Amino acid sequence: MSAVLGKAESLRDAYGKALVELGEKDPTLVAMDADLSGSTRTILFGQKFPDRFFNVGVMEPTMMSIAAGLALQGRTVYASTFAVFAAGQAYNFVRQSICYNKANVKIVATHGGLLVGADGGTHQIVEDIGLMRGLPGMTVIVPADAPTTRAATFAVADRYGPAYVRLTRENLPTVTDGSFQIGKAAELRGGTDLTIVAVGSLVARGLEVAAELAQVGISVRVLDFASVKPFDAPALLRAARDTGAILVLEEHSVLTGVGALVASTTSENYPVPVRRVGVPDVFGESGDPWALMDRYGMSKERIRDEAWELLRARGKVH
Amino acid sequence: MPETTPVELLRSLESTAREVRQEVIRMTFAAQSGHPGGSLSVTDLLTALVFHELKIDPARVDWPDRDRLVLSKGHASPALYAALALRGFLPREELASFRKLGSRLQGHVDRTKLPCIEASTGCLGQGIGMAVGMALDARLRHGPQRVYAILGDGECQAGPTWEALMAGGHYRLSNLVAILDRNGLETDGTTESIMGIEPIAEKFRAFRYHTIEIDGHDFSQILSALDEARRTTDGPTAIVARTVKGKGVSFMEGKHQFHGKPPNKAEADQALAELSRTPEAPP
Repeated sequence: MSAVLGKAESLRDAYGKALVELGEKDPTLVAMDADLSGSTRTILFGQKFPDRFFNVGVMEPTMMSIAAGLALQGRTVYASTFAVFAAGQAYNFVRQSICYNKANVKIVATHGGLLVGADGGTHQIVEDIGLMRGLPGMTVIVPADAPTTRAATFAVADRYGPAYVRLTRENLPTVTDGSFQIGKAAELRGGTDLTIVAVGSLVARGLEVAAELAQVGISVRVLDFASVKPFDAPALLRAARDTGAILVLEEHSVLTGVGALVASTTSENYPVPVRRVGVPDVFGESGDPWALMDRYGMSKERIRDEAWELLRARGKVH
Repeated sequence: MPETTPVELLRSLESTAREVRQEVIRMTFAAQSGHPGGSLSVTDLLTALVFHELKIDPARVDWPDRDRLVLSKGHASPALYAALALRGFLPREELASFRKLGSRLQGHVDRTKLPCIEASTGCLGQGIGMAVGMALDARLRHGPQRVYAILGDGECQAGPTWEALMAGGHYRLSNLVAILDRNGLETDGTTESIMGIEPIAEKFRAFRYHTIEIDGHDFSQILSALDEARRTTDGPTAIVARTVKGKGVSFMEGKHQFHGKPPNKAEADQALAELSRTPEAPP
C-alpha cells in the first residue's frame, strides 16, 4: 500500500454502524432491506431495533414503495440492497414512489460497480450513478472510503428528500478525513498542472498516480467528488481555470457517469480538455475484483497514460 | 349490514355518486383526455369511502390521525377529484382545470400539487406498496389510522402488486383494506382474454386477506363490506368489488374503448342527460 493512503476499511460496516447511531438519535427512523441485510450491514440496525427494521425479502421494487409510504407519514427511512437491485430492478419505483412523491427515503446501495467481482456482470451495475443522477430531487453520493461513508450516512439524514448513496463491496483505503459535506468537493491534494476528479473506489488510485507524478515535478490536484448531486461546479470550474485539464476517474460507465457530467459542465462554462477513465460500453464478468478494474480500463497504468496524454496536450510536457 | 343501513344514507350516497359521475364526464370532456371508464366504475366505491367511511376533515388536511386513501389506479383521478371537491377538499370550479397546464389536478393524482391526495400514483403496482408502508407506520405509532388502497384489475397483472399484497398479509396489517375495482376491462380488452387474473378472490385469500366479494355498485353491500373490514382484527381485508366499466352511461358501460378516451360533445351531452335522471324523477 502506498504511503499516501490509509488503512483499508469496510464502507459497508461504516454504514451499518452509522445507521445504528442514527436509530439511537431518532426513535422514528426506520430501516429496510431486501434479504441482504448481512451484506449491506443493516443487520446491525435490525438487531438493535427489531421493531423498526423491515426485511421484506426479495421484493426490491416494493421495498421502495413501502419505504415511501412510511416516509410520507413523517419518518426518515433507510432502504438498502445491492446497487443493481436498488437502481436497476427498482428504478421506476424509486422514480415514482420516492422521487415523484418527494419521500424522505435514503437508499444506501452496496455492491456498486465492477468490484462485486466473482458474481459477474449480472450484478456489476455500472449504470446506477447515471440513472439516479437523472432523477429530479435525488441527492447522489459516492463515498471513497469509510469515513466519508459514515459522514454521508449522517449528512443525507439531515437533508430532507430522496438520496442514493453508492457503496462498494471491497474495503477501500482511507483517503479523506471524513469531513464530507453534501454539495462540496474535497481537495485531497493541491496542484496546478492537471486535476484528477475522482469518485468512489478510484480516488485512491488517483492519489497514487498524483504522488508518482509529483516525483517527476508534475503538480496534480485531486478532487474527491463524492457529492455527485448536488455537484460542486464552482470547484470543478476553479480546477479547470487553475490547471487547464481534467482527468475523471470512476468505476462506472463513461457514457452516463461523472465523466459525462464533468465534460458537459466544463464545455458549457469553461472548456478545457477532459479525459474519462471508467468502464466502456460493456458489461463486466466474473473475476478478481481489482483484476477486473485493470481489465476494464481502470488500471493505474491507464490512469498514468491518460494523465500524460493531457499533460502533453496542454504543452506541460513533451 | 343492509338491514341496519338507513335508507336515507343509501339514497344520499347514490345521489352524490350521480354528481361525481357528472363531474367525471365534464372533466374528461373539457380536458379531451383522461380515463372515464375506470373512473365511472370506481365512483360508488370512492363515494362510499369519501362520504361515509373515511375519518377525514376538509378543514384539517394534515390531521395526523386521519384515515389514508391511496388510489393505486391513479388514472381514475377524475372520480377522486370530483368526490373530494364535493366533500369540500377543493373548490368545485377547480375541476375544470383537470389536465391543463398549471393545474393541481394532474392527469394522475399528485400529492405534491394537491395536499388532500395521500400518494402520487399513476404507474401501476406502486400505490398498494405505499399503502402497506402507511399501514406499517400506523401500527408502529399505535395510531387509529386505517389505510384504504384502491386497485385496478389490470394492475393485478403486475408482479409488484402481489409483492405489496404479500407484505400486507405477512405483517397481518388489520388496518389495511385493499379494494379491487373489478370492472373486467383494461386498455386493450378484457383482463381474462389478455392475461387472466381469475380466480382473483382465491388469490387474495391465498395472500392471507380476509376477502369479501360484493357488487361494487350496491351501496348497502359496499358499506357492509367496509364494516366487516373494520371488524377484522387478525389481518388485512380485501374487497373484490364487481363493477361495470363506464357505469351509469349506457354507451360506455362494458366498453374498453372508453378506458382512456374522453367523450365528444354529443357523447358528453347524452351522458350528462342520462346521469341527471334520478330514480325519483324519471325522464
